[in-house]
Amino acid sequence: MLQTHALTAAYGQFKALFGIDIEVGPGECVAIIGANGAGKTTLLRSISGVLRNVPGMVMHMGEAIGAMPADAVMRRGIAMVPEGRRLFPSLSVEENLLIGGQVRRGDGRWTLETVYQLFPILKERRLSPGTALSGGQQQMVAIGRALMSNPALLLCDEISLGLAPVVIRDIYAALPRIRETGAAVVIVEQDIARALSVADRVYCLMEGRVTLAGPAAGITREAVHAAYFGEAA
Amino acid sequence: MIWLDTVVQGLLLGGLYALFAAGLSLVFGIMRLVNLAHGDLIIFAAFLILVVVELTGLNPFLCALIAAPALFAFGWALQRFVLNRVLGKDILPPLLVTFGLSVALQNGMLEVFSADSRRIRAGALESASIDLGPVTVGIMPLLTFASAVLVIFALNRIFYFSALGRAFRATSDDAVTASLMGIDPRSVFAIATGLAMVTVTIAALYLGMRSNFDPSVGPARLIYAFEAVIIGGLGSLWGTLLGGAIIGVAQTVGAQINPEWQVLTGHLAFLVVLLVRPRGLFPRAVD
Repeated sequence: MLQTHALTAAYGQFKALFGIDIEVGPGECVAIIGANGAGKTTLLRSISGVLRNVPGMVMHMGEAIGAMPADAVMRRGIAMVPEGRRLFPSLSVEENLLIGGQVRRGDGRWTLETVYQLFPILKERRLSPGTALSGGQQQMVAIGRALMSNPALLLCDEISLGLAPVVIRDIYAALPRIRETGAAVVIVEQDIARALSVADRVYCLMEGRVTLAGPAAGITREAVHAAYFGEAA
Repeated sequence: MIWLDTVVQGLLLGGLYALFAAGLSLVFGIMRLVNLAHGDLIIFAAFLILVVVELTGLNPFLCALIAAPALFAFGWALQRFVLNRVLGKDILPPLLVTFGLSVALQNGMLEVFSADSRRIRAGALESASIDLGPVTVGIMPLLTFASAVLVIFALNRIFYFSALGRAFRATSDDAVTASLMGIDPRSVFAIATGLAMVTVTIAALYLGMRSNFDPSVGPARLIYAFEAVIIGGLGSLWGTLLGGAIIGVAQTVGAQINPEWQVLTGHLAFLVVLLVRPRGLFPRAVD
C-alpha cells in the first residue's frame, strides 16, 4: 500500500535520512524503532508531507505522493498523530476532534460517537480546551483527531513519550480496536519491547539508515541491540 | 443633556471606526498580518461602489451588495497570489509589501478617479433622523452602528461556531499541524482576506455616504482602524467594537470642548489605553 524508495531527507545542510526503503501493507502494523536522532520522526514527517521530497520517493497505492503538501497527503487517507500531540490550544477537545474529521473518507467507522466510546474520558472533558487535559488525555485527543478522518494508514509518532506506564498501557489498549477497522498503522516507538509486542513487522533505524527489517516475532534481542547501537557496541 | 448627546453621537461614530477595523482585526487574528494597505482598500472599495452606483443608478446599499463578491474575490486573489508568498517567521516582508500596495493603490486611484473629492449619494437617508427623547440621532449613524454590531456579531459566529472558524483558529494556532488535518493554510488565509474585504465593502459604503473621500484619505482610516484594534486587544472582535466606540466618544467629547481637538483627543485616548493596558482591553492571543 505504501512504499518509500531510497527516501532521503535533509534539514538544510544536515542530512537526516540516507535512502530509506520501507513498505507498509494494507491493515499491517509496522513499528519503527531506533535511538534518538536516528531519523524516525523525519521519516514520518516525510511520509505525511510535512517534509516534501522527490515525488517518487513515497508511493501510495501506486501514486507518487513524495512532493505533495501535507493536506493533499491527508486527503489520500494518511493521517498522523504528531510527536508532542500538537493539539490546537484555541480549540476545545470536541473541536479538536471535529477538525480531524473535516476531511473524511467515505462513511467509515470513526465518528465523534465512536471516538468517545474508544476514549470515554474525552466525552466528559469535551468542552475543555484541549491543552487543559493531562498528557495521556491529550494523547487520546491526538489519536482520536487523526482517526476522525477514517484513515487507511495511521502514523503514530512517539505516542508514549512522557507518559506514565499505566497511561501508556491504556493508550496501547486502543490499538487493536483501531486495527479492527482495517487501517494500517505505523508506530514510532522508543520502547522496543512494546513495539515488538504490538507490531507485525519492525524496521530499526540508525543514523538515517535501515539497519534491521523483519517480522516482529522472529527478531532476537541481540539483533535489535546490534541494529540499534551498531555492530561495535 | 449636551454631554449625553455628545457621548451618543460619539458611540455611533465609533461604529464607523469599528467597521474600518473589523477586517484588520480578523486578518491579524488569523495570520498575524498587519495590512498597511487596509485604509486604501476601504477607499478603493468606496470608489468601486461609486462606479456601480453611477453605472446602474441603483440604491447604494444594493450597489454594495453587488460590489461585495467582487471585493471578496479581490481579497482572495491578493492573499493567494501576493501576501501568502511573504508570510513567514519574519514580520517585515508582509509589512513592506502591504506598504507598497498602499502607495500603488493611492496612485492607481489618483490616475483613474482623479484627486476630486467624491461622495456616494444616499438621498433623503442622509439627513433623516429620529427623536429618542433626550437625544436626536441621525438614521445614517444609527444604521452604521447597527451594521458594525452585526458585522462583529457575524464574524464572531463564524470564528467560534463554524467549521470555517475552526479552521481559522487551528491554522492560526499551528499551520503545520492544521495541514495534517487536511487543511491548506494558504487557502484558509485567502478566504480570511476575502472575508475581510467584505467587511471593508460595508465600511466603504458608510464612509462614502457619510463624508467625501478622495484617493489620499486611506491612511487616516488605517490609523483609526489600527487604534480600534489595539485598544480592543489584538485578535478580539468584540474588543475591536469597543475600541472603535472609545475613539468615537473621545473624538466627540474632544470636539465638544474645542472643535480643533476632535482628532487629537481620539489619538490621546488611544495613548492612554496603551499606557494603562499595553496589550489592549481584551487580548485574545497568548503570543
